[in-house]
Amino acid sequence: MESTERFHQDVLVTGGKQYSDLNDDVAKPLESFPTKKWWVCFITAVLVFAFGAMLAANMFMQGLGVLGLNQPTGWGTFIVNFVFWVGIGHAGTLISAILFLFRQKWRTAINRSAEAMTIFAVMTALLFPLIHTGRPWYAAFWLLPYPNQRELWVNFRSPLLWDVFAVSTYFTISAIFWYVGLIPDLASIRDRAKHPIRKLIYTLLSMGWTGSNKNWRHYEVAYLLFAGLSTPLVLSVHSVVSFDFAVSNLPGWHTTIFPPYFVAGAIFSGFAMVVTLLTIVREVFELKNYITIDHLEKMNKIIMATGMLVGYAYACEFFIAWYSGAEFERFAFINRAFGPYWWAYWTMAICNVIIPQIFWWRPARRNIAIMFVISLFVNIGMWFERYVITVTSLHRDFIPGNWNMYIPTWYDWGITLGSFGWFFIFFLLFCRLLPALAMSEIKGVMPSPKGGAAHVE
Amino acid sequence: MSSNAQILEGVVGFFDDPETTLEAMKKVTEANYESYDSYTPYPIHGMDDAMGLKRSPLPWITLAAGIAGVSLAFALQYWTSVVDWPVNVGGKPFNSWPAFVPVMFELTILFSGIFTLLGLLGLCRLPNTGRKVIDPSITRDRFAIMIDLPKKVRNSSCKPFEESEVTQFLQSLGAKDVRKVYEEGWF
Repeated sequence: MESTERFHQDVLVTGGKQYSDLNDDVAKPLESFPTKKWWVCFITAVLVFAFGAMLAANMFMQGLGVLGLNQPTGWGTFIVNFVFWVGIGHAGTLISAILFLFRQKWRTAINRSAEAMTIFAVMTALLFPLIHTGRPWYAAFWLLPYPNQRELWVNFRSPLLWDVFAVSTYFTISAIFWYVGLIPDLASIRDRAKHPIRKLIYTLLSMGWTGSNKNWRHYEVAYLLFAGLSTPLVLSVHSVVSFDFAVSNLPGWHTTIFPPYFVAGAIFSGFAMVVTLLTIVREVFELKNYITIDHLEKMNKIIMATGMLVGYAYACEFFIAWYSGAEFERFAFINRAFGPYWWAYWTMAICNVIIPQIFWWRPARRNIAIMFVISLFVNIGMWFERYVITVTSLHRDFIPGNWNMYIPTWYDWGITLGSFGWFFIFFLLFCRLLPALAMSEIKGVMPSPKGGAAHVE
Repeated sequence: MSSNAQILEGVVGFFDDPETTLEAMKKVTEANYESYDSYTPYPIHGMDDAMGLKRSPLPWITLAAGIAGVSLAFALQYWTSVVDWPVNVGGKPFNSWPAFVPVMFELTILFSGIFTLLGLLGLCRLPNTGRKVIDPSITRDRFAIMIDLPKKVRNSSCKPFEESEVTQFLQSLGAKDVRKVYEEGWF
């Protein structure tokens, strides 16, 4: 048992690193003053967010009419962005929970930053339904079930309400899971802190973690439980998001394939975003010995696999539209691919299905520049997937007299851009303030100083 | 270590690698002291067995919280949809339970997760302001075993804590550095 396990064990950390090197390398960006490059990125992110926030504030004053929304296209870029960002988040939970349950040890290198990405992506996603109400300060008033003077309850039979529960639960559980994972590493940072204020902050955050085995035994069980809870949760979240569409009667939305199709797409886009971010992070923070090419290659394989799942879903939708014999359904799909939004459809199909096929070729899977470019294409393609689903289905529904074109205004684009600023503000702060690698987990998969095998399965 | 309150907590011995620590822990357990623990940068497999610890009771807390969550979610939806304000939608049943499943599922997970966190903190006695870090190297690359001076002898069949004897014992197990630990809080 022991020997076969050692045989199969990949080299997860390269460069002959020891435990203490890991601490030094991970803590380095936390303990030095941010570089010029970081400031440039951070200030850009703040400005981009400020631009979006300004437009949003103006939109609240004027009303949602400043957006491209019309009759019948009542959902536009805000819903597209919501689904896009929630989807991005799914990769983090997949890496932290599902790969943990499958004992994929390579996840230790990427899980911390992927989980951080999850949390920030869900925070970004949550902005959109709120501002889409037009009066976000009323959102809690409308969305949560509590006894109120109107003597009304929320509609528990509505997928939109399920979404409120699904996404807020997802955010809460992801944040808890992330924080629990951080505790031992925050203690590491605490123990090497020189500055009293830094020491105090990390002391408070790590809550007095000592690394005692009487704590570890509960901790490991808790970690397993969180992984077990997050796994069905992550699958449920994008399923519920897809119900927002699938439960309606609209051709193009009213399909039973939506839940698995959305989940596959979410993992696909999320992994692409992880690759985009990590190719930069490992370069800038000199973590190449921990986030190795082997790790990235594995992620690229997942991107290719989920990309083909998504491609299968695209094909299946067309087949069923034809096979069902439903006239409106057939029209919706012909209109999707060859109607006025053909360019959006083919951008989606090429970016998501054709381009990732390059990953069949091993050198491409192991080439940073190629994978970075492909991950950007996938991000773009997946944004357009949601655009295609939302807009092409809505803009030509049953009665031709009701048809209209949806043209986003610069409010739509500006606020969309602003959401990227919001996401990157948090991600950049994360890189400077919290350990970007799960040190205590990586140590478990590193060879022991005595030369034996790693100790955590 | 602080100079004013010198209350002995125990004796700690440091090791350089997990294998030696694990072997040493087996001997510490055999020696049958009242209270002892290991301190490591990451969880070491087999340490629970070596220390004779049972499985953590945490899953029971999670299970109870999950049951509470699912019950509460159903009760809330049933009461609002059937009792407090029934709305007749096309003659469909008020108790349309399949539509309640997503919220029931989400609240199961939400309650389980929150109470798993609280249970973890409770079982680990965190936040733990009464114990300062024994040594900063423990969260980096060193492994320690500490034999505690019991505050109150609960089990008289255990081997009594004798400082010099414990120090020697840890040294005989291969500890590189053996020190006394005094009680000291965060502040």
